[in-house]
Amino acid sequence: MGSQTVKMENTVSIIGTASIVGPKEGDGPLKTYFDMILEDDLWGQESFEKAESKIQEESIKLAIANANLSPQDIEFLFSGDLLNQITSSSYTARQMEIPYFGLYGACSTMTESLSLGAMIIDGGFANNVVCATSSHFSSAERQFRFPLEYGSQRNFSSQWTVTGAGATVLSSTGNGPYITYITTGKILDLGIKDASNMGGAMAPAAIHTISQHFKDTGYTPEDYDLIITGDLGLVGKKILLDLMRKDGYDLSKNYSDCGIKIFDGVEQDTHAGGSGCGCAATVFNGYIYKEMMKGNLNRVLLVATGALHSPIMTFQGESIPGIAHAVTIDNLFS
Amino acid sequence: MEYLKAFIVGGLICVIGQIILDTTKLTPAHILVIFLTSGVFLGGIGVYEPLVKFGGAGATVPISGFGYALSKGAIEGAKTKGVIGAFSGGLEATAGGIAAAILFGYIMSIVSDPKTK
Repeated sequence: MGSQTVKMENTVSIIGTASIVGPKEGDGPLKTYFDMILEDDLWGQESFEKAESKIQEESIKLAIANANLSPQDIEFLFSGDLLNQITSSSYTARQMEIPYFGLYGACSTMTESLSLGAMIIDGGFANNVVCATSSHFSSAERQFRFPLEYGSQRNFSSQWTVTGAGATVLSSTGNGPYITYITTGKILDLGIKDASNMGGAMAPAAIHTISQHFKDTGYTPEDYDLIITGDLGLVGKKILLDLMRKDGYDLSKNYSDCGIKIFDGVEQDTHAGGSGCGCAATVFNGYIYKEMMKGNLNRVLLVATGALHSPIMTFQGESIPGIAHAVTIDNLFS
Repeated sequence: MEYLKAFIVGGLICVIGQIILDTTKLTPAHILVIFLTSGVFLGGIGVYEPLVKFGGAGATVPISGFGYALSKGAIEGAKTKGVIGAFSGGLEATAGGIAAAILFGYIMSIVSDPKTK
């Protein structure tokens, strides 16, 4: 329906989720919502990459257990992360023995995996799938910015990559919450070249996807209890609210951002907020899912945002392409 | 008094770096290179020498001091050995620092592990 949105014809229900976070996230405002908080972000592994893989693997297993299923019941695994060759996801899938689609959508991977998983179920190709993604502060710093050993200072517009993973089990049977609409984003690039300002780079894509979602579905901002972007942070939030107002949508009442929710920016010195695949993943699978199960939230638009940033292209003077995928999660199937 | 002078000179050099880092889009790596080459340049035109005399380690320890040592070595090399000396002098003068950096860097990498900030 519309130019970028599909409506689920059949029920696609979320039947189990899991979120595992690192110690810093576990100190933040959402700490009571996470399934597991690690005391040590290496989790007994030799490297941050291996630790990230383990976090993702355990979150997938936990989500499957929370759905009262076993790994053999899962027909597809959709997962992705931030590292080269989506290392964490592929090394996780090596342990899982589940048919695997590896995704790269940078920090938008949570909604990218939910979108594809939901469409596969709606099309009748599977009954149970897992959608998962992870990120790790220390592996992401090495990948995109400077290795930790370098001890570099961080800018005030820069964001803090969340250490954590989230996994969602989707099923053709179940009592909700349901995935009802999927709006797939287009790449937008307004020319931001600064890797310390991802929020600014992703905001235009988020604005475009959200506006298009309203046009395609006929929903208005008031129809939602919560409209939440992945990791625009403080810089991106301001841009988004301003520009959405110019488009005629007032989001000031029910808009939030996972990157702002997950940390206390003042207490935890995270500057513009959280980011990374794990940001939208842990906030969605922890906070949003549990609030929906309690009935405090009934219809949520999750818009995970990705900066498809390649350090090599930034060195070559290229700007950062942004993307945002929106998924409507509803306690009622309509 | 010597410590105070070193503190002021070294501190001011670092303040310049902090201001550049906070107000521009330059990364720490850019600033490192800028400081090094300005050290070479200021050393070459004779401005850095008085700063070293006044501030001591406050001026030689920051990376601009390394640039100064490079230029000073190159100039002296050129005086004693001619054109070849201009190329070799800089490294001769800084060889102690470079070898120490490699040795101590290597030792530290063996005895310590990176930790999340």
